[in-house]
Amino acid sequence: MDRRIKSLKMEHITKTFPGVLATDDISISVGEGEVLALVGENGAGKTTLMNILMGLYQPDEGQIFINDVPVHFKGPEDAFRAGLGMVHQTYMLVANMTVTENVALGYRNAGEKHFDLKTVRRRIEEVSSRYGLMVNPDAYIWQLSVGEQQKVELVKTLCLGARFLILDEPTSALTPQEVDELIVLLQRMTKELSIIFISHKLQEVKALSNKVTILRHGKVVFSGNTDDYSSQEIAAKMTGHDIVLPMNEGGKKRGETVLSVQNAVVMSDRKTPALNNLNLDISAGEIVGLAGVSGNGQRELAEAINGLRKVESGNIVFLGKDITNKTPREIIDAGMGYIPEERNTEGIVPPFSIKENFVLKDVSSGLFSSACFINGKKIDATAEKLVKRFDVRCPGIDTAAGSLSGGNIQKVILAREIERHPKFLVAVYPTRGLDMGAVEFIHSELLKIRESGIGILLISEELDEIMNLSDRIAVIYKGSIQRVLDKKEATRERLGILMAGVKEE
Amino acid sequence: MTKSFRIAFKASIIIISVVAAILMASIILWLIGADVSDTFFAIVFEPLSNMLHISEVLIRAIPLCIIALGISVAYRSGIINIGAEGQMAMGLLAFTGVALAFPDVPRPLLLPLALIAAVIGGGLWGFIPGILKAKLNVSELLSTVMLNYIAAQFYSLCLRTIYLDPAEQVYGTGTPQSMRLTENVWLGRITGRLHYGLLIAIVLAVLIYVLMWKTTVGFKMRASGSGARAARYGGISVGFYLAASMAISGAFAGLAGGVELAGVHRRAIEGITNNYGFSGVVVALFGGLHPFGIVPASFLFGLLIYGSTLAPSMVGVPANIVQVMQGIIIIVIVTAQMVLSNAYFQNRVWRKYQALMKKEG
Amino acid sequence: MLDIITNMLSMCIPFSVALLLASIGEMFNQRAGVFNLGCEGVMAMGAFVGMLIPFLAGHGGPVSEWYNVLGFVAAALLGALFGLFFGLITVTFRAPQGIAGIGLQMFGVGTAGTLFRHFVGGTQSIPGIPDIEIPLLSKIPFLGDVFFSHNIMAYLAYILVPVAWYVLFKTYWGLKVRAVGTNPRAADSMGINVSRTRYEALIVGGALAGLAGAYLSIAQAKMFSDSLISGRGFIAVALVYFGHWHPVQIMGGALLFTFAQTFQTIVQSMGISFPYELAVMLPYVLVIVVLSFTSRNQITAPTALGKPFNREIRT
Repeated sequence: MDRRIKSLKMEHITKTFPGVLATDDISISVGEGEVLALVGENGAGKTTLMNILMGLYQPDEGQIFINDVPVHFKGPEDAFRAGLGMVHQTYMLVANMTVTENVALGYRNAGEKHFDLKTVRRRIEEVSSRYGLMVNPDAYIWQLSVGEQQKVELVKTLCLGARFLILDEPTSALTPQEVDELIVLLQRMTKELSIIFISHKLQEVKALSNKVTILRHGKVVFSGNTDDYSSQEIAAKMTGHDIVLPMNEGGKKRGETVLSVQNAVVMSDRKTPALNNLNLDISAGEIVGLAGVSGNGQRELAEAINGLRKVESGNIVFLGKDITNKTPREIIDAGMGYIPEERNTEGIVPPFSIKENFVLKDVSSGLFSSACFINGKKIDATAEKLVKRFDVRCPGIDTAAGSLSGGNIQKVILAREIERHPKFLVAVYPTRGLDMGAVEFIHSELLKIRESGIGILLISEELDEIMNLSDRIAVIYKGSIQRVLDKKEATRERLGILMAGVKEE
Repeated sequence: MTKSFRIAFKASIIIISVVAAILMASIILWLIGADVSDTFFAIVFEPLSNMLHISEVLIRAIPLCIIALGISVAYRSGIINIGAEGQMAMGLLAFTGVALAFPDVPRPLLLPLALIAAVIGGGLWGFIPGILKAKLNVSELLSTVMLNYIAAQFYSLCLRTIYLDPAEQVYGTGTPQSMRLTENVWLGRITGRLHYGLLIAIVLAVLIYVLMWKTTVGFKMRASGSGARAARYGGISVGFYLAASMAISGAFAGLAGGVELAGVHRRAIEGITNNYGFSGVVVALFGGLHPFGIVPASFLFGLLIYGSTLAPSMVGVPANIVQVMQGIIIIVIVTAQMVLSNAYFQNRVWRKYQALMKKEG
Repeated sequence: MLDIITNMLSMCIPFSVALLLASIGEMFNQRAGVFNLGCEGVMAMGAFVGMLIPFLAGHGGPVSEWYNVLGFVAAALLGALFGLFFGLITVTFRAPQGIAGIGLQMFGVGTAGTLFRHFVGGTQSIPGIPDIEIPLLSKIPFLGDVFFSHNIMAYLAYILVPVAWYVLFKTYWGLKVRAVGTNPRAADSMGINVSRTRYEALIVGGALAGLAGAYLSIAQAKMFSDSLISGRGFIAVALVYFGHWHPVQIMGGALLFTFAQTFQTIVQSMGISFPYELAVMLPYVLVIVVLSFTSRNQITAPTALGKPFNREIRT
């Protein structure tokens, strides 16, 4: 059972998905007690590589070696038996089961013969006290916060006997303070374990790792000892070119209040309060960033503003008119623009062509139709124009929008919203999962909209994005606004404290 | 991936599907000791052997086509209507009701009136599952099936009571059927039993094409069906279009009932619906949910349905075989569609193929 | 009056068996994330095969009990085979489950009808299986008739309820089934073979649907006809929603619907002039009403129900 992993190597790993070369001849190696940081932009192939290591994907080519012996993992169960364990970025927990049941699910595949919830429970208690990871074994997953769920994931992985940990963006959903705690915990664990962790945040890489490997477009572009290089050097190697993200330079006086959310109370899908007397005013020509750990009501706020979720009490006033519980159609007609969270299922109709998606909101506006009949030529002309203006990379305007890459889908959505000349824009996670080029494009477009005097509510989980773009930053916690900070007063630390629910003064 | 590989891939999937379908049907035929090729000949080619047979095929293709057009509208809007059987029955009842109530109204007025009644009867019956799905999230697959059973019972009840032919009461035979309907609701006949419903079906096919691809209503229906969530976020009232598409779908099934009554039977009796409602689902899928595919598909299935009625006497195969074939066809179509659209699978085959070529070259 | 009530209630248990077996089977399917509308067709096949074996053995006359047993076993095996086939279509090829289920239903009902006409012909009855009066208990007035004077399958079906509960909530297999129906990706990452687990659940569900069909033909109607199942397979699917994917609540639903079905019998036996068709409609109307109240905001629903799983497609 206690076979040590003295070395782990992945050599010449290649994996293709339809139309995408996800990893291209990648080799990495990790020794005992080492921490390897796997760094790169979104879509660079980090997660794919780790899924191959866990046996979730089969590589087209390449080999994995443990202690210089070639191994072949048909599935995660084989990887568990070899002592590997992975905490995925989206947690792999079954929401309507208890912590114990979730651990038990993998227990037998980790080599245990018996199914006995009591044994599993005892093991959980053992592991959690040993590493100082306190979890309640009888809690249902859906009752736990994101931070607690991460602890469950770690406990689960350790219970299954992992001596080699893989962590995929472990800090993406945590407050800055929780991140610090996690780093301390992981540093303590390295005495017994080897770790690979995926990140695109350089502070963590510097704080935790001995070695760093940088991936770009599925290839290794750099490998070396972390201490030999500065954060700036690593950053430059990561993007490959010097992209400087545009910044909101401030200036400009605030206009009149455009959108005012007053004492809004909204329920979540589970019928628990998601917004709790939330108040927020946003003016013309400013970007207000909404910072917060995900799951604190961001999604529900955006949906309530757009008429997609019922407001139980309180008001939403837009351009002086009460739009509370109006239909999405009425709110769209009033001039609301919206970049929804799920671009693939909420932003576009995937099987519809690019041109059809461009006119999704306006097909019966008289612009693209007369007396119920669609004006195909007008739609084609507009679509051609928008594809050019927004540089949507596609075979043609009749291509199904769902077949485009994430960045191009987001461009289609942005183009549609901007072409409608909205009077306000709600942008939810507008750059999630996009590469730097697309991020830059979208950021500069958002700033252009701001310049033209339109207010924007920017909801994001990337503090950097919020701090770069916003005029003011509102921090949301458990469905209400903790505080609204001016751009100048906002520091990482201060935002982190607010995001964790600590009241100032 | 080369273009010729893609074409070869598609072609081979389609060929495999056809072979699989024939194989499955053959197993059943083999079980009952029937000669496979004779049976296929009796079902597929015999009905084409003379004009009388062909007109019988067309008679069956008419209701199939009308029903399938309606089902395709609902399907494209994201709701699967397997309740056409019941909607057709309600159309029959409404049509009969008007015909029995106003036997003396002249034909130019009464026939359209009765057909409109059939449309409304079927439309209302289709609207119920539509609105239940839109408002209360009730699975339309279950509610339409239940409504089929309810409509069938209601139909029997009406035939046995309020619609019962007075002559039946006099002679006491008690066959549940209405009296022969007034000539003022009859559709004219082209030749033999073949009636002008044929033209109605073709005109409706064109109308559906225009509705779905040339109007904003069709655009919104298709958007609701292809991505309900995104459509809702785009300001389209998905629930409304869902319910509306089901009402249209039901209206078409009701109309099919009216046309069938006016053109063929001319009195309400048991068995008019003849499983057309379920066959319509197969026709709609086989026709690619497109009017221009549905028209030929309804001819093909009219052929199968009529052919299967010849099978018992010609080759001793029960007529139920057509239902077996329809089930197989649905399964094979939806499976083949998934395999064809599975880029991952295609990719894997492509790499296997490449590896094979490398080894040989 | 008491006689009629006793009579009605004593019919409830034996008449509910087919619904109960089929919906417990469907519950396993749906808990694993597969919506099998083909239940009706599988029941038809089970019913046909179940009656065919005792019929061929005795040609309507009395037969050894073992032929009835054989009938049930054959029906269960055939149902399992159909479950396997549905797995091939919806799990391996990932065809949309709703419409594929309709295909399976047509195929099953059509095949049963075709084979029936060939092997049996017209209406032919079989002896069926006897009621077993449980000693002492069956002598209790009222309760004895209602609960303790039924055939062996009825008892077994009701024993299945706690067994299904135990399997679903207390065994590793049940844990796997619930996991693949709720979050297949998580189950997959824990080394659970999602496809295999779904296949297993479909095989179990198919076997139970086959048994349910055989119960209708062997024990209840003692014959087969095209209209024998008449929507019970679909009602069984609806019962799973009604019972919130929980065996005990599903049992309650099965009894409620059977009670509605026996309504037509009471109408006839009391000689009330009430249209027979309206009485027959009652359970179908009840299904729609019940679905209207239970379909919204089902937070207990298996969240991956109806969604094919593909490890390599990330959403």
